[in-house]
Amino acid sequence: MHPAFSVIFLTTLIGAGQGLFLALFTGQFYSMANLIPAQDSITFYALGSFIVLVLLGLGLFASFFHLGHPERAWRAVAQWRTSWLSREVIALPAFMFLVFVYGISHYFGWNETLFVVGQNVEIDATIIIGIIASMMAFVLFICTAMIYGCVKFIEEWHHWLTVANFTLLGIASGFLLAAAFSAYEGIELVAFYGTWAVIFMLLALATRLASLYRNARLKHKSTPQTAIGVRHTTVIQKAQGFMGGSFNTREFFHGKSGSTLRVVKITFLLLVFILPVALIAIAWSINSPVLPIAAFVLHYAGLILERWYFFAEAKHPQNLYYQSMA
Amino acid sequence: MSQLALVIDLNVCVGCHACVTSCKEWNTSGWAGSMVDQNPYDADPTGTFFNRVQTYEVGEFPKTETIHFPKSCLHCEEPPCVPVCPTGASYKRKDNGVVLVDYDKCIGCKYCSWACPYGAREIDEQQKVMKKCTLCIDRISDESLPPSERKPACVLACPTSARLFGDVHDPDSEVSIAIREQGGYQLMPEWGTKPANHYLPRRKTILKIHEDELHRVDNPLLEELEVPVDEGAAIDDVAF
Repeated sequence: MHPAFSVIFLTTLIGAGQGLFLALFTGQFYSMANLIPAQDSITFYALGSFIVLVLLGLGLFASFFHLGHPERAWRAVAQWRTSWLSREVIALPAFMFLVFVYGISHYFGWNETLFVVGQNVEIDATIIIGIIASMMAFVLFICTAMIYGCVKFIEEWHHWLTVANFTLLGIASGFLLAAAFSAYEGIELVAFYGTWAVIFMLLALATRLASLYRNARLKHKSTPQTAIGVRHTTVIQKAQGFMGGSFNTREFFHGKSGSTLRVVKITFLLLVFILPVALIAIAWSINSPVLPIAAFVLHYAGLILERWYFFAEAKHPQNLYYQSMA
Repeated sequence: MSQLALVIDLNVCVGCHACVTSCKEWNTSGWAGSMVDQNPYDADPTGTFFNRVQTYEVGEFPKTETIHFPKSCLHCEEPPCVPVCPTGASYKRKDNGVVLVDYDKCIGCKYCSWACPYGAREIDEQQKVMKKCTLCIDRISDESLPPSERKPACVLACPTSARLFGDVHDPDSEVSIAIREQGGYQLMPEWGTKPANHYLPRRKTILKIHEDELHRVDNPLLEELEVPVDEGAAIDDVAF
């Protein structure tokens, strides 16, 4: 497939946004259970929610660039019964609204205790909104990943590992951003978020390596024989019917060489997983406030390459009909 | 419910591209607006076509067969491009089974083209909507045309009658008879899209001549003799 940068930015930005929100709420949950110190409502939760909204908003803005008629984009909610893209178009604004309410309720300090669970766990409105928003974050991860995963002909994508990769990479980038945010604000949660970021990065590394392994060994169901229905062992296309390019020759192929793909693959594995884990480990041992930020910057650059590779590695069966330029 | 579709006879198609040209002309000058053609006379032409004819070679040279293969939207009975469209611009008509695109609703997100395993959908770079073969729905439902012309432009243009049009759900239609009698098949059946367009396979007609058919078995002398016939006097015999 041809990787579209608007969609690459969309999915990486909203993935980081969703992950950052889950990190913030995890922090609130842990502080509610008195496992970590409670953070300031305005400088941590409200500002963090604002950053989440900025990331989601930028992603949404980027997504308009992949449409031919962005002014009609509102119509995209119509087919939520059958289309995962439609469901994502509903889930994304819903999640943004919930994050906005969460941030606003922290900013205005609407955190009077509503009821108490057990002996001393106080539940307030922000906790309830946070739980609903966290569920919506997972719904959004699933909707985004299933846009690609539900197309059963693109066999590289049609697997549960696609959903796992989108979710784990989003959460990992979000927790890493939370560690960078904490380092920047001088908050003592860098180790907490850094540790969770490393855990999620290692989990994401496992699932991403599994999907790379699976895709390398994939034997496609469609062949030139099934494509034109001629049952001979040797069927080769001699002419695709035109000499110039067409939508079919541009949209479904990345246009780069095999060696470029290999370089991109090694680079993203390094930038998304290896380097950030190493930098977080070094930052923990020497107590550096700058390395977590550097780790996130490298990680995000690597995520762009990882998403590019995700699109480039997919082989569409329609390419069987466009093999020979003659 | 009828399912209109085409049957394309690969045995007869000569790869002349008349169907490509007539389709492009009809859909460019019709009410739906022109189909984009960029740099048509320059170095790097590109454009949107609903129907393309490709050429395949079977076997290893010099023992090969050339197959000309027209490809357009197959109007699947379970079209994968319909459920993925977020706006509902991609739909399948209930009355005649034609899969169409509503150009006023389409946002040009290209998701339907990702979902089509046959590569039947293309974007019109000027109108920025997704387009595909409409089975000339504006021709076949046009009451003002005579019935013999209420067929897709490609079917009327084909000089070898390689394209047949009809209802594949009607067992007595021309297309159903062709599919049944001549081994019509669907493309990429492994994906379960149930395309309505069928293709008729290439088949060489072979006449087997046996040795004993070359000789008369009822000739006891095993020779061919001129048998004298007494016709009486002819005019040449009595004229001077």
